[in-house]
Amino acid sequence: MAVREMTKLTLGPIAYHWSAETRRDFYARIADEAPVDEVYLGEVICSKRAPFHEPDLSTTIERLERAGKTVILSSLAEVMLKRERKAMEMLCATDGLEIEINNAAGLFARGRRPHRLGPFMNVYNEATIAWMAGQGATHVCLPGEMPATAISVAAQAARDLGLGVEVQVFGRASLAVSARCYHARAHGRTKDNCGFVCEKDPDGMPLRTADDRPILRVNGIQTQSESYVDLLPETERLVADGVTHLRLMPQAVNMAAVASAFRAALDGRLALSDAEASLRDLCGGTSFSNGFYHGRAGYRRIASAATA
Amino acid sequence: MNTAELICPAGTPAALRTAVDAGADAVYCGFQDATNARNFPGLNFTPEELRESVAYAHAKGAKVLLTLNTYPPAGKVDLWRQAADTGARLGIDAFIVADMGVADYVARSHRGIRLHLSVQAAASSPEAIRYYCEHFGVKRVVLPRILTIPEIREVRKEVPCEIETFIFGNHGLMVEGRCSLTNYLTGQSTNMDGVCSPASDVEYTRHDDGSISSQLAGFTIDCFGPDEKAGYPTICKGRYTAPHRSEGYYAFEEPVSLNLSRLLPELIDAGVNAFKIEGRQRSKSYVREVVSAFRHAVDDIRAGRSANVADLVALTEGQKQTQGAFETKKWR
Repeated sequence: MAVREMTKLTLGPIAYHWSAETRRDFYARIADEAPVDEVYLGEVICSKRAPFHEPDLSTTIERLERAGKTVILSSLAEVMLKRERKAMEMLCATDGLEIEINNAAGLFARGRRPHRLGPFMNVYNEATIAWMAGQGATHVCLPGEMPATAISVAAQAARDLGLGVEVQVFGRASLAVSARCYHARAHGRTKDNCGFVCEKDPDGMPLRTADDRPILRVNGIQTQSESYVDLLPETERLVADGVTHLRLMPQAVNMAAVASAFRAALDGRLALSDAEASLRDLCGGTSFSNGFYHGRAGYRRIASAATA
Repeated sequence: MNTAELICPAGTPAALRTAVDAGADAVYCGFQDATNARNFPGLNFTPEELRESVAYAHAKGAKVLLTLNTYPPAGKVDLWRQAADTGARLGIDAFIVADMGVADYVARSHRGIRLHLSVQAAASSPEAIRYYCEHFGVKRVVLPRILTIPEIREVRKEVPCEIETFIFGNHGLMVEGRCSLTNYLTGQSTNMDGVCSPASDVEYTRHDDGSISSQLAGFTIDCFGPDEKAGYPTICKGRYTAPHRSEGYYAFEEPVSLNLSRLLPELIDAGVNAFKIEGRQRSKSYVREVVSAFRHAVDDIRAGRSANVADLVALTEGQKQTQGAFETKKWR
């Protein structure tokens, strides 16, 4: 089997505050229709949101596992308050499912028991990978802003130590997190009395510049890119460089179809240009970007030989 | 009562001498490359300059802390290791690090030199801080600017190291070390290159009506009336519109600076061991004025007198100041 066909497609954790019902429908469809191998579940952005979807968690896990997907539980990116520290401690006590850690508080709680490292862990280089591998890490998702040159060196180092290597290939890039909630701020509220206004923006709240140019998206305490990262044209090089897992971040589009386009291109069943055209159709007017990968401004779309 | 140290910025050898003369207990500085988070043109030290500066500071009883607080991208780790080796050879008193690979290297290769955890590591819980203490022997953590004073007091009780907090200067809005806004617009990374809203990408445009807009890499960050002073286009201090905010608003924060001069006694009482003044990119006169003011304030508090901090508002960004997260949870 060609290496590309062995490459795993993953679905990252939902970054937004989708309602419990939306999540149930979403994961039912992923289980039934999406050719993804692994699914990350859990609230990564805001600890206030977690109680809304925790009641459905075990049903969702069961549903996805019955469909043959591997489920991994992702941790919060920011851990400061008592409830966040407690949540991290409980997650790190998980047995039977893999966990993905996004904050050093989790490394402390997990010790040397096996764990994955999420994109918020800032694993940028081979020295950090070697350190983490010695502490029980089995898998690393690299930060979204890493250029191809660094990804290649990091992936090789991780593979040599037996770690899985993951890179986000679809969806808005996470550009920053804060202690302050910008959704609440936009509505004249604070984080403690937010009224969960973030639920109104299932694909993030758009910010535009004074001259009306789309620039960023607000998702609670997180700031995201306006553009969707799309590394479909770059998948061949990612795989050749040693990346084992490609991550799709859930957006408010038909994610089962997005996954199908990536899978078909990876398996050689669909020409890259056709898969790319299909993605374009699925994502409406949202701009695509791959600048970070090419060492350029993240918002840019650099034409590659494969799709030119 | 602990005796809080005053940790002062040194972007140049001249600023370092100024800070030491004005009463800094320690200064922090970096080399002229991506190994530190203020990798700006015209700033920072050559090895020879650092050697002379260490001698100057030590002769006056001040310490020199070396910032190695960026994240080396894979393939470039040697630059950070060499910077650490050079700093050790030149006699610096502590390393300020963020990346675990760098921390691991320094902890193993330079055992005799103190290790401080940079704010860029964003260790905001006792568990995260203890991880760095237990594995790398970190002696002091610089806390993210997101905790209230009661929260700082609680953290202090649960960690085995000293804590340092920012008290004055630029007020970053995002979790430190987790922000790639600049890279998204300019192609230069805060974490990997030590760059934030680089001057080379800044433009000011004057329009026919006399108004001025500030741009970063071609993106308009803010607009100012003919009589307003145009601020520097930092992405997280920009004015944007949202669907229900068509008038434009500061989506993240207004252009304000952190000033905790009124909270110093409470911070000391909460167990803060060191106060950090931001501003390696600022002028010598700024360093002199701010360091002198805080030197007097800290001395007054140490002597049991009430501190009377000179009015520093004229020196702050946009001449506006905030106590940020330190004063109230409502900031969040």
